[in-house]
Amino acid sequence: MNHTVLQVLLLAVVVLPLLGALGALLPAPPGLKGRDPEQAVLRHGVLVTGAVLALSIALAVGFDRAQPSRMQGTTDVSWIPALHIRLHLGVDGVSLPLIVLTALLTFLCALHAYYKMPEGPTAKAFVALILLLEGGTLASFAVLDLILFFLAFEMVLIPMYFLIGRWGGDGRERAAFRFILYTLLGSVVMLLGLLLVGFKAGTFDMVTLATDKGSGLSHSTQIIAALAIGLGLAVKAPMWPLHSWLPDAHTAAPTTGSVLLAGVLLKMGTYGFVRIVLPITPYGAHTFAPYLAAFAVVGILYGSLACLALARQGAEGDLKRLIAYSSVGHMGFVLLGIATLTPTGVNGALFANVAHGLITGLLFFLVGAVKERYGTTDLDRLSGATGAALYGAAPRLGGLLAFGAVASLGLPGLAGFWGEMLSMFGAFRPAAGLDRGAYLTYMTLAAFGTLLTAGYLLVVVRRVCMGERDAEARVLTDVHGYEFAAWTPLVALTVLAGLWPAALLGLTNPAVRTLLGGS
Amino acid sequence: MTELASGVVQSVDWIAVAPPAITAVVALAVLVADLFVPAARKPVLGWVSVGGLVLALLSLLPLTSGDRSTFCVVGRAGQCSYVADHFTVTVQLLVLGGALLTALLSLHNADDLPPGEFWFLLLSSAAGAALLPASRDLATLVVALEVTSLPSFALVGLRRGDRMSGEAALKFFLSSVTATAVTLLGVSFVYAATGSLHLNAVAVGLAHGTGQLTVLARTGVILTLVGFAFKLAVAPFHFWVPDTYAGAPLPVAAYLSVVGKAAGFSGLILVSVIAFRPYADVWGPAVAVLAALTMSVGNVAALRQRTGHPRSAVRLLAWSSIGQAGYLLVPLAAAGYAADPAHEVGTTVAYALMYAVVNLGAFAVVALVAGARRIEDFRGLYATRPAAALALAFFLLCLAGLPPGVIGLFAKVAVFSTAVDAGLGWLAVVMAVNVVIALYYYLRWTALLFARPATRTADSGAAEAAEAAEGVPAASDVSGASGAVAVPQAPGRVPVSLTAAIALAALVGVALSGAPQLVLRFASGSLF
Repeated sequence: MNHTVLQVLLLAVVVLPLLGALGALLPAPPGLKGRDPEQAVLRHGVLVTGAVLALSIALAVGFDRAQPSRMQGTTDVSWIPALHIRLHLGVDGVSLPLIVLTALLTFLCALHAYYKMPEGPTAKAFVALILLLEGGTLASFAVLDLILFFLAFEMVLIPMYFLIGRWGGDGRERAAFRFILYTLLGSVVMLLGLLLVGFKAGTFDMVTLATDKGSGLSHSTQIIAALAIGLGLAVKAPMWPLHSWLPDAHTAAPTTGSVLLAGVLLKMGTYGFVRIVLPITPYGAHTFAPYLAAFAVVGILYGSLACLALARQGAEGDLKRLIAYSSVGHMGFVLLGIATLTPTGVNGALFANVAHGLITGLLFFLVGAVKERYGTTDLDRLSGATGAALYGAAPRLGGLLAFGAVASLGLPGLAGFWGEMLSMFGAFRPAAGLDRGAYLTYMTLAAFGTLLTAGYLLVVVRRVCMGERDAEARVLTDVHGYEFAAWTPLVALTVLAGLWPAALLGLTNPAVRTLLGGS
Repeated sequence: MTELASGVVQSVDWIAVAPPAITAVVALAVLVADLFVPAARKPVLGWVSVGGLVLALLSLLPLTSGDRSTFCVVGRAGQCSYVADHFTVTVQLLVLGGALLTALLSLHNADDLPPGEFWFLLLSSAAGAALLPASRDLATLVVALEVTSLPSFALVGLRRGDRMSGEAALKFFLSSVTATAVTLLGVSFVYAATGSLHLNAVAVGLAHGTGQLTVLARTGVILTLVGFAFKLAVAPFHFWVPDTYAGAPLPVAAYLSVVGKAAGFSGLILVSVIAFRPYADVWGPAVAVLAALTMSVGNVAALRQRTGHPRSAVRLLAWSSIGQAGYLLVPLAAAGYAADPAHEVGTTVAYALMYAVVNLGAFAVVALVAGARRIEDFRGLYATRPAAALALAFFLLCLAGLPPGVIGLFAKVAVFSTAVDAGLGWLAVVMAVNVVIALYYYLRWTALLFARPATRTADSGAAEAAEAAEGVPAASDVSGASGAVAVPQAPGRVPVSLTAAIALAALVGVALSGAPQLVLRFASGSLF
């Protein structure tokens, strides 16, 4: 496929959700009114996200896989000459999987909402916000200008704030405000770093800056910029100890909100590290890599220990909260991989990114389903004395939950395995100049973290899926058709990525090597 | 003006002076007409004033080439008292546009205010503000500044029988008169030292040394700038602002925060960048310190505003306007360090344009929500008036500099870049910290707009339903003595003029957000 087609496809992928968001606010055209206005607008959401997914798959098909390190489908026009800001978009092997993942998860969420609209204000606003969120996320993966990246990064916050604040559960307003305050403060710091880079280098263009490899920036500039940008991204990722907004936000968010938050939004932070911090401020990245790795490992252990504490009997642990903490642990692996500064580690990080999006997205869907059926996600109330016996009550749902859990703990053959293994591989032999002893320690601790992860996930499976079935226990509806439709792609891709990791690594590896400086 | 009085007959370029002249003529016409128009027909005066302002705005069109000047000293090239260059035209667009929006805000509540006087004072002040950026000698500058501010005192105190209003006017009057006195003293010193009032000539005089009079010249420069700092409510001369804004009628507060500030800034730019250019090493650092101080004071005070405090909405906007004035000073400080200050001046103008549009928009929405004086009153505005809530949210986000208020963000980025380029790294850091502080209070307000109104009455329990039915404010007992109405009323009939003002501001804001280059080109082009 030639350049123009790719260019149009990429533009359409970014712009279509935004137009769709506007369209959702307008009254339905005659002939598409559907059963009632609510159904019409939800269907509009499914159609638009479906079209975006189709376009993004077309983009992936048309993408020249022989040259994944080259920016493809680029658009580059001047927007604000006064500040040297350009509308520069493009896609390479690093961003393509994330674009497809975003389009897929949003489509599945829209599909899920079509059948099971979360409690809250109008469906119109819900669909518009989901589409705005999708547009912002896709834009942040597709843009190649630092300021545009910031704009897209910020654009995502507003819909997420409202999704949590208006459609969420208990404590939603507090959680939503906390979410927006943390991420905003983080992104303001990030903006300062981006501006510093832009002003000192005289351009905001990511491709130019990445090609320069920091040659236009002094060491002190690189250190300050890497710190500022890294802080902003670390809040979003989230890196321990800046993660504390995440569990609240996840607990309060509606199912679709949680899926998108974990599956897509967190990726923007780690993507920023790979796209901006590593290539543009290599010296700064090199300086802070050991600290980043240390925080990442603490995050892994902290997340797992928090989950173990929540999974204990009598701890009144909330399942959503537990998965949120497990996200902190998983994103720790991603950050560790990035902090090794090696192609192996960064490839692992990108793989773990996508895997986490698939698996945690699935887990949040499943927990949402459990909540619909039991009315609670409190582990103690759910499991009672012996266990919730989901295998007996709803065998398919129980099976899927067990599948999600073992995928999340990194069972070989499923998607979760490769990313974490490659991250630790990277830590075994970190980039030149980094203290190998420290990284070996990190690797050991991270490996211990995988054990803890396995521990709490198996406890969860035991308490939720197994147990003695009461004779008078309610018969639960098993998995609905639409739930199967929303979950099957995630399950299939988890298995596929686990069995054929080369499909993904083949895309990311050349691009990562280019970004890291062709080593 | 001895040179002017040398007996040479001048030909006046009426097209160049049209914008302030039309405004002044319409002001007089309205004042006279007020005597003959029967009470029932008084609203006509408002529409005449709006028409006059539109006409004055249209009279800017022939001036866009930016090469006209008049009232020149014969025989000496470049010594003109009135110059209509790009800077002038842009600032005139700002002040006349701001006055137009203020007029639209005031059309519907002219009942509270004596109409003839109100429109006359507003237009006279606008005429002064339009004259100010064009004046290129110190005498015209001071006269224009006084024409701008003298009617403002009366405007602030115009609400009859309101003690707050009278007190506010007095505070404003005293501080402003002090400022004028100090400025005049400074100007006279400068004149004594350089022998000229024309800005260009003053610059030449100061650059060539003033011999024994150097101390006098320095003192003059400092006093003039202090006077302007007073007028602009730059910290530490800002104390009168919150009380004045809170006491003044709302459109007047909006006017002062935008047009009054813009006029003062254009004067300060002219004086510092043109006339006192040789002393840039003196005023550059001083302005930088004042900028840092002003934005910090304004933002910290705004942060401390409690949402339930009576009149907290206007007070917050007042403090935030002080903070914004601090940002406006940053490029000016940077201009003190630059070889060619055109870029820095352009950045200030671009920021001022952005600020004018969104700040007037925010005031317009506050005016729309009748009776809402506390920020708490805006809780759940989205439920009752979605369009107004969205507009206010947009304006606040612009002021905060967050997407989707893209123009606010980029204007701040442009300001920030001037500080970095000038090597004022510390000022850039102070500004960044201030932007973060400001985020909090703007966001808190924005979040309130979309909060559920139900939680407001949670404490009043069962009474909620009854109160909702009657539209009785549930929190009026909490609000205390101010007697402010607590709940945004169910949407009544919204005056057309007010809707037009909000729509205009929102439209311009959105257009600028889509194409920030429209104003940011000033930052790259040269205005003089």
